[in-house]
Amino acid sequence: MYPPKFAYEAPKSIGEAIALLEAGGGEAKILAGGQSLIPMVKLRFASPEMLVDINGIPGLDYMTIDPDGTLRIGALVRHEDLEQSTTLAATHPTLAAAASLVADPIIRTRGTFVGSLCHADPQGDWSATMIALGGRIVVQGPKGKREIDLRNFVVGPFTNALAYNEIAIEAVIPPAKGTPRGSYLKLERRVGDFATASVAVALDMNGATVGRAGCALAGVGGRTIDANDAISVLVGKTLTPENIEAAADAVAAAADPRTDHRGSSDYKRHIVKTFVTRILTNIAHSEQKAA
Amino acid sequence: MSLDEIKIGGMGASRRRVEDNRFIRGKGKYVDDVVLPGMLHMEILRSTVAHARIKSIDTSAAWEVPGVRLVLTGEMMAARNLAWMPTLSYDTQAVLATDKVRFQGQEVAAVIADDPYVAKDACAKIVVEYEQLPAIVNPTQAQDPSMPIIRDDKENQPTNKIFEWEIGDKERTDQAFADADVVSTIDLHYPRSHPSPMENCGSIADYDRATGKLTVYMTSQAPHIVRAAVAMVAEIPEHQIRIISPDLGGGFGNKVPIYPGYVISILASILTERPVKWIEDNTGNLISTGFGRDVYLQGQVAMRKDGKILGMRMHTISDHGAFYADAQPTKFKIGLMHSTFACYDIPAAHLTSVGYYTNKAPGGVAYRCSFRVTEAMFFQERMIHAAANDLGMDQAEFRRINLVKDDMFPYRTAFGFLTDSGQYDKCMQVGMEAIGYDTFKQEQEEARKRGKLLGLGISTMTEPLGAGNSREYDIIGIKMFDSAELRIHMTGKAILRTGAKTQGQGHETTWAQIVAHELGIPADDIVVEEGDTDTAPFGMGTYASRSTPVAGAAVAMVARKIRAKARKIAAHLLEVSEEDIEWELGRFYVRGNQERGVTIQDCALAAYSNIPDGMEPGLENNAYYDPPNLTWPFAAYFCKVEVDAETGVWDVLKFVAVDDCGVRINPMIVEGQVMGGLTEAYAMANMQYITFDEEGNCIGSNYMDYLLPTAWETPGFELHEVVTPCPHHPIGAKGIGECATVAGPAAFVNAVMNAIEHTGVRNVDMPLMPNRVFEALQTGKDVSGMPPVKVG
Ligand SMILES: Cc1cc2nc3c(=O)[nH]c(=O)nc-3n(C[C@H](O)[C@H](O)[C@H](O)COP(=O)(O)OP(=O)(O)OC[C@H]3O[C@@H](n4cnc5c(N)ncnc54)[C@H](O)[C@@H]3O)c2cc1C
Repeated sequence: MYPPKFAYEAPKSIGEAIALLEAGGGEAKILAGGQSLIPMVKLRFASPEMLVDINGIPGLDYMTIDPDGTLRIGALVRHEDLEQSTTLAATHPTLAAAASLVADPIIRTRGTFVGSLCHADPQGDWSATMIALGGRIVVQGPKGKREIDLRNFVVGPFTNALAYNEIAIEAVIPPAKGTPRGSYLKLERRVGDFATASVAVALDMNGATVGRAGCALAGVGGRTIDANDAISVLVGKTLTPENIEAAADAVAAAADPRTDHRGSSDYKRHIVKTFVTRILTNIAHSEQKAA
Repeated sequence: MSLDEIKIGGMGASRRRVEDNRFIRGKGKYVDDVVLPGMLHMEILRSTVAHARIKSIDTSAAWEVPGVRLVLTGEMMAARNLAWMPTLSYDTQAVLATDKVRFQGQEVAAVIADDPYVAKDACAKIVVEYEQLPAIVNPTQAQDPSMPIIRDDKENQPTNKIFEWEIGDKERTDQAFADADVVSTIDLHYPRSHPSPMENCGSIADYDRATGKLTVYMTSQAPHIVRAAVAMVAEIPEHQIRIISPDLGGGFGNKVPIYPGYVISILASILTERPVKWIEDNTGNLISTGFGRDVYLQGQVAMRKDGKILGMRMHTISDHGAFYADAQPTKFKIGLMHSTFACYDIPAAHLTSVGYYTNKAPGGVAYRCSFRVTEAMFFQERMIHAAANDLGMDQAEFRRINLVKDDMFPYRTAFGFLTDSGQYDKCMQVGMEAIGYDTFKQEQEEARKRGKLLGLGISTMTEPLGAGNSREYDIIGIKMFDSAELRIHMTGKAILRTGAKTQGQGHETTWAQIVAHELGIPADDIVVEEGDTDTAPFGMGTYASRSTPVAGAAVAMVARKIRAKARKIAAHLLEVSEEDIEWELGRFYVRGNQERGVTIQDCALAAYSNIPDGMEPGLENNAYYDPPNLTWPFAAYFCKVEVDAETGVWDVLKFVAVDDCGVRINPMIVEGQVMGGLTEAYAMANMQYITFDEEGNCIGSNYMDYLLPTAWETPGFELHEVVTPCPHHPIGAKGIGECATVAGPAAFVNAVMNAIEHTGVRNVDMPLMPNRVFEALQTGKDVSGMPPVKVG
């Protein structure tokens, strides 16, 4: 595994990094955790002329909650930071459930949340959770900052909406409008495997009634599947078995899986339905217990 | 006064592995750690397609890359008569393709450059023009007359068939089936799997024109076979060839064959007069080197109503890839497949086998097994499982009726093997008790009422290890014995060398324990060395669980020769006649006067300082061991699973392994071997998948697709032991390196099948991925694993 020649730069500020991207004219790439980019370069699937390593830029490793409940995740927050958070399960159960299912423990020490979003892998776990949560990404370029809804950020397999001279600096998750409930279920063949099929569900509950409902899928389409519309059948309703089934059917219909060596498209669609049902049923049970 | 054998690290001591000292510190010395002055680096360009005529290869742009020293193509190899090389199964294999490429990943050209980055850059600049041909990815397609002939390079090869072979008594078997009350039939596929050692293959060839000597550092489990082969192919005299196999990062059979990369690096070194290093990458290893298995079975068992098996039939159809390169005893075309059913008392058996070429990588290596024994025992245990069901009999009871009884040894199997010892029923009892067999059926029923699917699977087998005696076993004419050479230094320390080659088995630890047991020299005082053909005595290498049965026996025998000489020296030192000398561990003494004695160390010193008249000085010797028979360990494995009916995912609730590998030299290493083997068995049963699409593209050519299990998902294993010493092995050992990979897979599969066969399904081919199990549950129909895989 010998990559082609590339230049390596380690800027000390975001401004410097943007200048390097500008100079690179589209041939420079940001290096964050390197857990996707380095394998691609070693396999020669990608051959950037320059790697701009942002790991030395101070102040990007924060995970904070604004007074209004907005969660902000800086560009150098590692998967592991989310996994080890002691508060995330209460505030963002969907993220907490996914954290220990992303890659394997070794990769989680290095790979970044924001890098994973930028990588736009159709099988990536974080993109699905972010779309379910209605998350946005803050990017910065020579002309300043802009915010992009994650649904518009992931534009295709391994393709994001960044201009060549922009850096993603932060992921933003809006506050819940009610009690946050949700989870992430993933069918994988082994630890460190990408999803054969996975489901992110995020609900904001008002008592037993669903306020906001979000859902997205990984592994079952050419890009992360936005199933927010599909699961919106639950809004204003309670989690009865009938309502759960209707939602699960709607979400499964939104999936667009391919038949491959991991299973038929029917099977993967069935898994989506099963996982949606399991997540919603679990939420219904815990709501009942709480009540 | 006798020494405490455990304290000196002798037989039965769970001595810590001495090699681990350097391995866990990252101080092992592998081929890639060797750096020679002036060394160049080689990279191989591989075929992107599975079957195609080569119209042209343009290397001109590669030659232009600064730092490139040599670009080799098949044409240039052919000019030196090296475009093809012989395989271990009397076939030929392309070194660099000339006429056609026959599998995706085949070696097409090689670049030799100042550094590996440059070599890789230059490879990308070689332009190959292919004219694609239809790809054959299974034996059914291979038999299709409208499909191309893969080996059109060979004369007398009008079809894609490689061989037909049969063994057993057809008439008696037919009669047994005619007499049967019940006949059970099952079709199976043991899919392609890859040994995937942590370290890939590689070599550093160093040809010195001044001395005429060729030194090759090489990832080889059998360096002496390589030396012989190089002498024959490259026409370099054998004394001028030195093969050094340094530390190996695993082998599992993958490092037995001779690969094109080794041969190309040798020619490159001859041409450039510089050392040339070639280190394969992960995809190169997975896509082109010796795979295991890929055999289809049509199996039948004939039974009486009372459960007695009257006969069995097997027809195997094997997929060997583009070159028949199986590493196996030459006499047998499908390895030791006919060792199947050796643990059962069956009067009549018949095996027919046919092998085909396909557009897949060659190999058929014994991936952690004794030449197709893994397939033989997996088929056996799946057939037994189906047969018991067809009879409506309990799985354990059916096995216990048919297993060879203790008083029947030595037992001649229907295919002619002689098994010599074992306590099969006792192993069954130990395992049944540990898994809670008697209460399981009730547990299963109750669970089913709660919507849970539980299953219990059994796998029992005896396998033939330690090939083998010279009457029956050779590879390309070379008899399969092994050797050991032992030198005792004057201070009583020693060096032992053998013709085996450790690759994780722990020879450096266990061989010293055998010497300690025989001579009473503490194991810590003995250094063990293997793998350098200039220093190690000739041997056939390490695979097929043969090291302890063959080389290990040679170690005991050479130690006994040393003891015999030391006894003479002791008599001289003690001034008594040899007949009056008694031995206890580490010490000779005068019969009737135990106080008066000399230690083995005293004798060693005397061998160099005070020898009796007429005796040759020194204390060293060697031994070649030609085993009288194979050794036959026994395994009884019990696995309990739960299947999630909604997803097809299954979890192992408990796994009990009872192994009888005879006398255990180092119980800790034995347990390590069993744990490792069961992990590999679990991987094959659960997740490992190399398949091909219709165009012959290999799916599973990287470690994101071809999965190695981690500690996370690997179940826990509960190990038990029964010890029946081997009657003919000098220390009673039988070998344990492969029992678990061989017997393991069927235990997992039988357990899952047991959980889901109420739907009517009889078989799901490995790997039992959730989607397959789910499909079986939904349809009640068998799920086949035959490629091409569906996509879209
Ligand atoms: C064996 C293995 C298993 C894995 N399994 C999973 C899995 O199961 N699920 C899963 O979701 N992921 C998995 N991954 C991927 C892993 O999560 C990566 O960490 C993640 O996809 C990318 O994050 P990174 O920080 O490593 O990004 P990098 O590899 O550094 O970068 C990835 C891409 O994003 C770009 N990029 C990164 N950060 C920024 C930024 N701030 N601004 C602009 N562009 C940026 C880079 O230029 C590059 O194109 C696996 C990886 C490996 C090696």
